Amino acid sequence: MTKDFSINVEHVTRVEGHGNIILDVKNGKIKKVEWQVSEAPRFFEAMLRGRNYDELQPITSRICGICSIGHSLASLKATEDALDVKISKQTGILRRLAINAENMQSHILHVGYLALPDLLDVGSVFPLVGTKHKDALLKIVKLHRLSNVMSDLICGRTTHPIRLVVGGFSAIPSKKQLLDLKKELVEGLEITKEVADVVKSVAGNFPNFKRETEYIALTSNNEYALYDGVIASTDTGKHPDYKNYEKIMNEYFVPQSTAFYAKHARDSYMVGALARFNLNNKQLHPVAKKVADMFGLKPVNYNPFMNNIAQVVEFVHNIEDSVNWIDILVDEGVRDEQPNEVKLKAGRGVGIIEAPRGILIHDYTLNDKGRCMKANCVIPTNQNHANIQKDMEEFVPQIIDKPEKEIELNLEMLVRAYDPCISCSTHYLDVKFV
Amino acid sequence: MKTRVAFFDFSSCEGCQLQIANLEEEILDLIEIVDVVSFREVMKEHSNEYDIAVIEGSIMRPMDEHRLRKIRSRCKILVALGACATTGGINKIRNQWPVENVIKEVYKDADIKDNEFFNAFQTKAVNEVIPVDYYIHGCPINRDEFKHVITSLALGKKPVIPTYPVCVECKKNENVCLFELGKYCLGPITRAGCNAICPTNGSPCDGCRGILSKPDVECVMEILQRYDLTYEELKSRCTLYNTNVFNPKDGMTLVRRSKND
Repeated sequence: MTKDFSINVEHVTRVEGHGNIILDVKNGKIKKVEWQVSEAPRFFEAMLRGRNYDELQPITSRICGICSIGHSLASLKATEDALDVKISKQTGILRRLAINAENMQSHILHVGYLALPDLLDVGSVFPLVGTKHKDALLKIVKLHRLSNVMSDLICGRTTHPIRLVVGGFSAIPSKKQLLDLKKELVEGLEITKEVADVVKSVAGNFPNFKRETEYIALTSNNEYALYDGVIASTDTGKHPDYKNYEKIMNEYFVPQSTAFYAKHARDSYMVGALARFNLNNKQLHPVAKKVADMFGLKPVNYNPFMNNIAQVVEFVHNIEDSVNWIDILVDEGVRDEQPNEVKLKAGRGVGIIEAPRGILIHDYTLNDKGRCMKANCVIPTNQNHANIQKDMEEFVPQIIDKPEKEIELNLEMLVRAYDPCISCSTHYLDVKFV
Repeated sequence: MKTRVAFFDFSSCEGCQLQIANLEEEILDLIEIVDVVSFREVMKEHSNEYDIAVIEGSIMRPMDEHRLRKIRSRCKILVALGACATTGGINKIRNQWPVENVIKEVYKDADIKDNEFFNAFQTKAVNEVIPVDYYIHGCPINRDEFKHVITSLALGKKPVIPTYPVCVECKKNENVCLFELGKYCLGPITRAGCNAICPTNGSPCDGCRGILSKPDVECVMEILQRYDLTYEELKSRCTLYNTNVFNPKDGMTLVRRSKND
């Protein structure tokens, strides 16, 4: 088969930030296949230099609008680690509610607004208003609103949380507000099952593609790890030495280009919902497990498109988990407590959490005046870029005989499956494999 | 024909665009009165024919300037969306250092000389490159204000943006003044319109909506005196979102006016 064509998708749509897909085929042979990232560099690590310890959260929250709660929590954990600030049990629970809320908001946005249009053969969700899918769309909007109502209540705002501060919370929800939220969550669980059915009915449109790779996520003995845990890999097991995360997340340059890559045991690895599912699925709550079974999702699943499904499963888990935590909070009594006191000292702190798109690390060195001397942030999407590229290299030969438009759509769907958040790139990435 | 609106993003966290998705069911009302013809973050469809261009993000590179000028030439009305676009936002924190310095800090010795993606200059707000017709302030924007601005423009009306300080909204919310609680708040000099969301949640105002063009300097001086705070600290607090405010070149200075002023 001889075929000449090229695909050049500049600024892939329905993803956060700017990335391009380049495919060049001559005589049926692949000359070039590239996942490029053209986002403007934002220099966050440089901006943090000299800032006061209590400004690090508000600044780094602005790395990403979608996962601002994740960045805020990683930032606070790093700052508290450096200053040796302990948090109360209540703060730990409220932060878990915050991380659940964000995971829900981000996942439903991705599955419902960004990924689903591909499965229903439309360019965006807007045309669905006039179709038989309107009802499903309204349910998705409802779940999106529920997630944001929860962020509003716990964090004071949906994007760029206000109440999350060093040592605790600047304001605390009341018992009544929490019980009202619980009621909405319980109702939301039913709506989620209905939306899962809709996704199930079209999930056959996801390409059946597999590539063995390594998965990295936090893991914990106590829970399905999002807020707390140790770094773990499907290849190498647990790595409890969190301050030496750089031994796992090796960011490196490809010699012939300027690329920052991340690798560990293999050429690339994947982080995010599918990585968490592959490592921690036994700790999912019961309904989430049922939904995973409904989709036939079993560990270790090597199909990147199933990341979409893992997000649906996590959404269900987050609701169940939040209901449990609210019950505990209400049982023990919600206290209107002040954030724990901070005593300045020099030191280095590392905060690691699971953001919606995967493991996220903030690393700060503070001086004895509480000023930041050095900062490093390891962003989930940066860790996925190499894996996206490796997937494309293996995926393209499998679909090369399809019509051009279909190849293009398949590659876009692959990128979207990772739910990349390119605007997050505090490090610049320019992936080139020519 | 419905007013055609297009959204474009530059250097930002894209959180202000997200606020549009966060309108939830109300987006469906909004698309009754406007046609969204381009919005890369949520739709594949795209058209270069539009009446209103909404710009999110700061301008950092020649290639971005080029793209922005093209957008300006195609639209009738241009709206800057969110702090990164309206004032440069936190992206301007880095302007205190030369570009070479910040590149070195983040990218160390990577060979990026000939890469146009890296060809960054000092962060600019949108109006430092092209004329802006309307501003939707905040980090992130207030969704209600977004609705107000877009529906006003679609109906051919002029949107109204507050010219009074955050304190007005804070008082309306019956909050205890954060200065009373020993915190340092920029509410007295910051443009309202956020419904004082930060002080209402127990956190001081960081001035993300920009400093008022005519802040009541006498009142600010009185606050500094009453709570035994320094002007220097006020200046340092403004370096998150308003690094330019104290630069007379940029037309805004917080100096005590003479009695005859």
